Amino acid sequence: MAEVVALGEAVASAVHDGDTVALEGFTHLIPVAAGQEIIRQGRRDLTLVRMTPDIVYDQLIGAGCARKLVFSWGGNPGVGSLHRFRDAVENAWPVPLELEEHSHAGMANRYVAGASGLPFAVLRGYAGTDLPTVTGTITHITCPFTSERLAAVPALNPDVAVIHAQRADRAGNVQMWGLVGVQKEAVLASARSIVTVEEVVDELSPVPGELVLPSWAVTYVAEVPGGAHPSYAQGYSDRDNAYYQEWDAISRDRDTFEAWIGREVRV
Amino acid sequence: MTGTDTTYSTDEMMSVAAARALRDGASCFVGIGLPSTAANLARRTRAPNLNLIYEAGALGAKPDRLPLSIGDGVLGETADAVVSVPEVFNYWLQPGRIDVGFLGAAQLDRFANINTTVIGEYGNPKVRLPGAGGAPEIAASCREVFVVVRQSRRSFVEKVDFVTSVGHGRDGAERARLGLPGAGPTLVVTDLGMLRPDPETKELVLTGVHPGVEVEQVREATGWELRVSPDLETTPPPTDVELRTLRALQSTIGTNAGR
Repeated sequence: MAEVVALGEAVASAVHDGDTVALEGFTHLIPVAAGQEIIRQGRRDLTLVRMTPDIVYDQLIGAGCARKLVFSWGGNPGVGSLHRFRDAVENAWPVPLELEEHSHAGMANRYVAGASGLPFAVLRGYAGTDLPTVTGTITHITCPFTSERLAAVPALNPDVAVIHAQRADRAGNVQMWGLVGVQKEAVLASARSIVTVEEVVDELSPVPGELVLPSWAVTYVAEVPGGAHPSYAQGYSDRDNAYYQEWDAISRDRDTFEAWIGREVRV
Repeated sequence: MTGTDTTYSTDEMMSVAAARALRDGASCFVGIGLPSTAANLARRTRAPNLNLIYEAGALGAKPDRLPLSIGDGVLGETADAVVSVPEVFNYWLQPGRIDVGFLGAAQLDRFANINTTVIGEYGNPKVRLPGAGGAPEIAASCREVFVVVRQSRRSFVEKVDFVTSVGHGRDGAERARLGLPGAGPTLVVTDLGMLRPDPETKELVLTGVHPGVEVEQVREATGWELRVSPDLETTPPPTDVELRTLRALQSTIGTNAGR
């Protein structure tokens, strides 16, 4: 059964130095507040996993929390580069960042395999690309039924998945809706999970297209209203496009970034 | 569609030309940025039944403004169906259900291979780009691929530094050897003109120039010895309706207008 606790307590007990941590959210319901709590608690040497590392991953990388990134697209969506990510890859600042790079289809299938308890996934992917030459976790198998050559990628099984959802009840059952990305798979693939929610309610009233993660599939639930900002939580908040645009200038310069993170996160 | 505005930018011509290439009723897997602008323009002009698919899980999105990114809430809220990310790639893209993949590129080579990973060496890059995203499988599995990219010696290179998404392969024949389900890039739209692969060699050939653009100008913006079609066409300039619609769309980018 999930425990409903404060965010600080959830991160302190679930996320350890050296862990593999997947903070997932595909454009919607991005667990930004939880990522910033990881920075605040000073975690180090994390292997960060995410299909679409964006601003909160730029913050985690710039703050020196990560030693490796497993991903498929790293950018500030609609704006441009992630400057802290680029500085880490191009200049090893503040620490070197190892990359393990896939396509979205490959990453999604790696989570599906992890959630399914399988060792690997097959897909029709990566053909003709240079990705298999730089990423050790892409190989090929021959279909035993048709002899088709298919890509094979290993399951992702993070130590911790961190996601944001709209609601949970007091027993820790989690309810989310709208674009739900790969969050269900990430939670089910991981040994532990933290779900931040907009609100904890007495009873979860049904919502069209809802996805429910039962309490016994979740480790910690923490109530963090606005915990997805600057991304959005359908039914609760709109995307703060200005923040994404402002992040470009904040993150471009090391000193500006450090001043920002000292002022806004490490308080 | 009568009347033309004589003052328009090369980017506007590019978006209009790309929008015209999309057939009404087609399903289109949309990349963000230039492709998204063109696809939304198409849906508001000659292809009202264009079925826009965004990798975040929105099938049949009908945004009433230009999304700043695939993260924009308007995509999911206006979609016919909202599905998970594994479902988008496994059930919808992989079996070859999507007509057109609409992609951008940081680098493009003579066989229309796409690089969005690194400029320079992978292990020691001059510029680290965002990476693959959905593009490798979009390029492989859609029935055909259109690429929209600004043309310059930096972007149009003899050989891409990294094949993120395969066009017709390093030698132009690799795609056929791999037996990929889709036809690959059939059209490249730039701010200068239009290129299509030679039916035999798959090398990109200049098949059209936008109004006022000289062939020599296109050659200078191309990092290989560019071949020019004997049937070179000149793109009709944007109509008033196309320009007005495009400008109205762009004035809404990333805003919450109309919600």
